[in-house]
Amino acid sequence: MGKDSDLCCDQLIRRFDHMTAVDQVSLDVPAGTFFSILGPSGCGKTTLLRLLAGFDRPDSGDIFIRGQRMNDVAPNRRPVNMVFQHLALFPTMTVGENIAYGLRRQKVPAAERRKRIAEVLEQVGLPGMSDRNPQQLSGGQRQRVALARCLVLRPTLLLLDEPLGALDLKLREQMKVELKHLQKSFGTTFVYITHDQSEAMVMSDQVAVMRNGRFDQVAPPEELYRHPATPFVAGFVGDNNRLSGEVTRVSGDTVELTLAGGAQVSGLAVSPGLTPGQQADLFIRPEALQLQPTVTGERLSRLTAGVVTTLFDGANSRVELEVAGQTLFARLPQDGSWTSLAGGHPIQLSWAPALARVFAGATP
Amino acid sequence: MRASANRLALWLLMAPFLLWILLLVLLPHLDMLRVSFQVRESWDSLAWGLTQYQNFFEESYYWRTFVRTGVMSLFTTALTLLIAFPIAWYIARLASGRAKGLLFLACLVPFWASELVRTYGWMILLRESGLFSTTLQALGLVDGPVEMLYNDVAVIIGLVYNGLLFMLVPLVTTLDGLDENLVEAGYDLGGGHWTVLREVVIPWAMPGIVSGCIVVFMLTLGSYLTPILMGGKDSAWFTEQIFTQFITRFNWEQGAALGVLLLLLSSLIVWAGLRVTGQSLRKVMG
Repeated sequence: MGKDSDLCCDQLIRRFDHMTAVDQVSLDVPAGTFFSILGPSGCGKTTLLRLLAGFDRPDSGDIFIRGQRMNDVAPNRRPVNMVFQHLALFPTMTVGENIAYGLRRQKVPAAERRKRIAEVLEQVGLPGMSDRNPQQLSGGQRQRVALARCLVLRPTLLLLDEPLGALDLKLREQMKVELKHLQKSFGTTFVYITHDQSEAMVMSDQVAVMRNGRFDQVAPPEELYRHPATPFVAGFVGDNNRLSGEVTRVSGDTVELTLAGGAQVSGLAVSPGLTPGQQADLFIRPEALQLQPTVTGERLSRLTAGVVTTLFDGANSRVELEVAGQTLFARLPQDGSWTSLAGGHPIQLSWAPALARVFAGATP
Repeated sequence: MRASANRLALWLLMAPFLLWILLLVLLPHLDMLRVSFQVRESWDSLAWGLTQYQNFFEESYYWRTFVRTGVMSLFTTALTLLIAFPIAWYIARLASGRAKGLLFLACLVPFWASELVRTYGWMILLRESGLFSTTLQALGLVDGPVEMLYNDVAVIIGLVYNGLLFMLVPLVTTLDGLDENLVEAGYDLGGGHWTVLREVVIPWAMPGIVSGCIVVFMLTLGSYLTPILMGGKDSAWFTEQIFTQFITRFNWEQGAALGVLLLLLSSLIVWAGLRVTGQSLRKVMG
């Protein structure tokens, strides 16, 4: 745990009456990082964020910001600002007054205040909007005001609580990219919580996947996608197919499973100590499934599946397949050659075993 | 056909309200305005004139009472606001579920009794042979009976008590609608308790504060029983003088003039209050 990191948490625990919302979470966020906490609703990510902001106190564990212990520091004295889920812009103030609020608390003189407000509005792409009321702005513009209100204070750490949730899909896509650019241009450390894996993947340098109060895996987005450490991460991050079966052969890293219908598939063992006879799950991405084997000579795992239907969605078109009662999706090639797959038609799938990941199944 | 039926239905619906405004509010006031400008020349002849208004300004007892009533009503309103705000904050923000309803009910219970009974309640506590006085004597803190009634403090206690509920209702309603995140954002951006109260909570609650203040001010200014009963002979409340003119002296012309002046005073102060706080009547009431 480096002293140079902007945020460092050690064994944080927060319990409520009947549950542990944050359970021994440790994390380390280097300066200038876009750090996301990704998890389904109720996983404890909002509680964790409130601990960092100071609205709630941990039952045990420590929070350090730039090496300073923050546990007993009130929210208004922490070098941390938060963008709320519903933004919480002060409705009784104009955009300029909203941004000035924090500066006035820091006793910035009026002339410099005006200069910094104009500057930050320029940076977030809302020049000259200072006299508007927040109610007159569009969703995306309000978003930027909320960011400007925090960033103008030059916090060590900016916390964001699913701020894109309220926007419509198109605007959300646009704001994702913009938020990443803003983070790079300000150089502020962002801690962003979301339940939307695509938001986390697109924007983050590091993503922590959270479940039941704990971190399952902390890694850069690409590593999460390619090398998920737990079955939960494999299923939660990106689209994935899961095939359950019994381990029949283990040779080195490669494991062979037998599915309910007797078909045999193989993949890379991730859980340690898999032995024949054990239940296991194989995860394989839709884009890793090949409808016609293109590479010959490589040892591919093969599987015959029945076509259920094709789902056309532009570049994301898929075919729904069925093997021994389990549903699979495969990405259709972009050349349009497979768009007329008929239902019920059997098809041969193949994949490189190195792309499939095998985890020990849940204990029955 | 249909349109005219709809119009008829609308008029029928509006009729009770319009009749009420017309017969009980508009007509009496217009008549009072007319009477106030009539001067009795002899037992059977009347002339138009300003004598009654002249009396008001020339007789210092009239306008002194008038100013005193206005100032004390403003003070009572401010005091009611100060007391009601923390209570409203507690009911709206801190109490939850059942407790909230019960607390609200507790504020409402005294209003089951009439103003007269409530005022007598205070008198039982405060009078010379009352509960407070006898308790103090029993404890040996005072030698003889203490009279706590018949002074300005007693009047203000009674008036604040009467106004409390009317201040609480609008305050609880507006504070209930305040998003917790706004308060948290106030702290998060570096504000302390006082700053958050001044910059975030009070501006948000302003419509409730102003509407509560208007109602309490009007009630206090126009109240009759409490100042008379708790203030005694020297209470010098303006409504008392209007009553005296109409009933005791049978001088309807003077009473009407004083009534018109009271209406002007209350309208003026409410207008000034709205101007100072930057609120509009429509925003506050609707």
